[in-house]
Amino acid sequence: MGELYNRLAADIRFVESLKACINCGTCTAICPASEFYNYDPRIIATTVQSQDDEKIRELMSSDVIWYCGECMSCKTRCPRGNTPGMLIMALRSLSQDMGFFTESEKGRQQLALKRGIGDQILSAGYCVHPQTVDPAMHPEQGPVWDWAFENLNPVMDKLGANFNGEGAGALRKISRDDLDELKRIFEVTGGQERYDKIEDFSKQKAAEMGLEFGTDTHSEYFNHIYTANNQKHNHE
Amino acid sequence: MKLEGKRLIWQEYQKEIADDHYFYARSCIRQTFFPGAEAVFVKIMKDELGKDIHDEQHHTSCTGIGYHADVVPFDTTMTVIARQFALMTEAGYENYAASCVTSFGLYTEVLETWHHFPEKEAQVREFLYKATGREFNKPKNLAHASDIVYKFRHQIAAKAKYKLIDKNTGEPLKVVEHIGCHYSKMFPHKGIGGAEYPYVLSGMIEAWGGEVIDYPERRHCCGFGFRQYIVQANRGFSLSCSKKKFDSMEPYQPDMIITNCPGCPMFLDRWQYALSEMEGKTYGKNNNGIPVFTYEEVAGMIMGYDPWKIGLQLHQVSAEPLLDKIGIPYDPLSKFKGKNGEDLGIPETPNYLKFYAD
Repeated sequence: MGELYNRLAADIRFVESLKACINCGTCTAICPASEFYNYDPRIIATTVQSQDDEKIRELMSSDVIWYCGECMSCKTRCPRGNTPGMLIMALRSLSQDMGFFTESEKGRQQLALKRGIGDQILSAGYCVHPQTVDPAMHPEQGPVWDWAFENLNPVMDKLGANFNGEGAGALRKISRDDLDELKRIFEVTGGQERYDKIEDFSKQKAAEMGLEFGTDTHSEYFNHIYTANNQKHNHE
Repeated sequence: MKLEGKRLIWQEYQKEIADDHYFYARSCIRQTFFPGAEAVFVKIMKDELGKDIHDEQHHTSCTGIGYHADVVPFDTTMTVIARQFALMTEAGYENYAASCVTSFGLYTEVLETWHHFPEKEAQVREFLYKATGREFNKPKNLAHASDIVYKFRHQIAAKAKYKLIDKNTGEPLKVVEHIGCHYSKMFPHKGIGGAEYPYVLSGMIEAWGGEVIDYPERRHCCGFGFRQYIVQANRGFSLSCSKKKFDSMEPYQPDMIITNCPGCPMFLDRWQYALSEMEGKTYGKNNNGIPVFTYEEVAGMIMGYDPWKIGLQLHQVSAEPLLDKIGIPYDPLSKFKGKNGEDLGIPETPNYLKFYAD
């Protein structure tokens, strides 16, 4: 039993999600990610269960742990009550804490998720907000969303939202005081530290790759990780 | 398995749903894409059913999408959720009603975690107090907003002007129900009907006159997958999951899809558009798609609310063929107008998917 395994075992989600996997493969049969990606949650459980630090390190540096969609369908069906999807969450957390995530194409995408969803939680109080669902980055949203995006104020007004307004209601402006409370929660609980680590490790990787790092969602490195797909992730 | 037996399986999974006095927590995704749905829920609860529902201005995102995109640690998410519970406590409420399925799943996960690891709850209480000076009581009752609509489905049916019935034939509409994965796949006993045969939407469909379609990929994920949609390079995952569902339900010729998760209706709507542009493929008759609705929108439709005031114009797959089939009236010219009739232009017409702009 090595250091990496011990750190994984300290994650409460790990404790809850792995009780002697019997390798039946039920999770793989039900897993939407296994249909799309070259991915097998059964092997994730087997690898972690081996307690072999070398294999666990390899797993955390690979694309494989980033294929899961966290739908948790595996939880419903596992005859042992295990949850490979939560094992994945523990692996992803440790991969980011230790910097292994920048070693894979899919892992490097964590910076895009931090700068998109993560930063928006602290700046606006929302994970998703209509002003940031930019049709240029979301062509699949279609022409109705293009129209709504161009007319957000009158459209939201017609539908009863309190768009960027004071007080209660849909899409209200979250007050500075409330955002400050969120910020302090992130500082006290390790959320800010996680954000900082994602930025720091990604910055090192951007330098290695010779890409401009920047601080927003328009830098060379951001654009690269947001769009790069080597087409080697799926079943042949 | 006999069909009758299959229909009864859901009865093994029941849950208590509070009767009144709800603290309502809104959903980031539902507000963004279907703000009218939340407005309909509040209106039906207050005006039609006479319930007390508290619309809290100080609550924030639960961080759920950040948590499942793995950028927000569990301790942080638990403490943000503890803050929501503190706001509920301070407002004098005990019944928590979540608009979002991801949030509902997370609240359930957090409460279960605290049940099994009381030391974790104690630590989160310390975190919250240190960060905000707040303290909290845990909810006595936790429900997803669809649980509450399910509870009052018969009262809604009694007040409804329309039924989910073809006005020309008198036959029930064929309805696909799609349950958000985090509603009950993680904790089956916390959802009405469990995970394999959830009944929360089926119960509404049956009470409102429709017929539920049972099809092979009924329980498959819509494909959000958090990072699998948010990052552009991964979106093939999301699209493929939805396509698998459409291909599976198509032979049953569904009239509509109803969902309880905020993200699923957006994906099932938008990916029909994307598939039509990519492959020229549409899943309804005459180049129409299969319209996708939230359960609040469907409740609003049968209550006779103006389709354009509850937000059906924000769907890329047009609702008009379904409205016509039920016999719900609408003004085609006001669909894309502002609240006071101002001209906002109209969206472009897709290349394949039939579109109704005036």
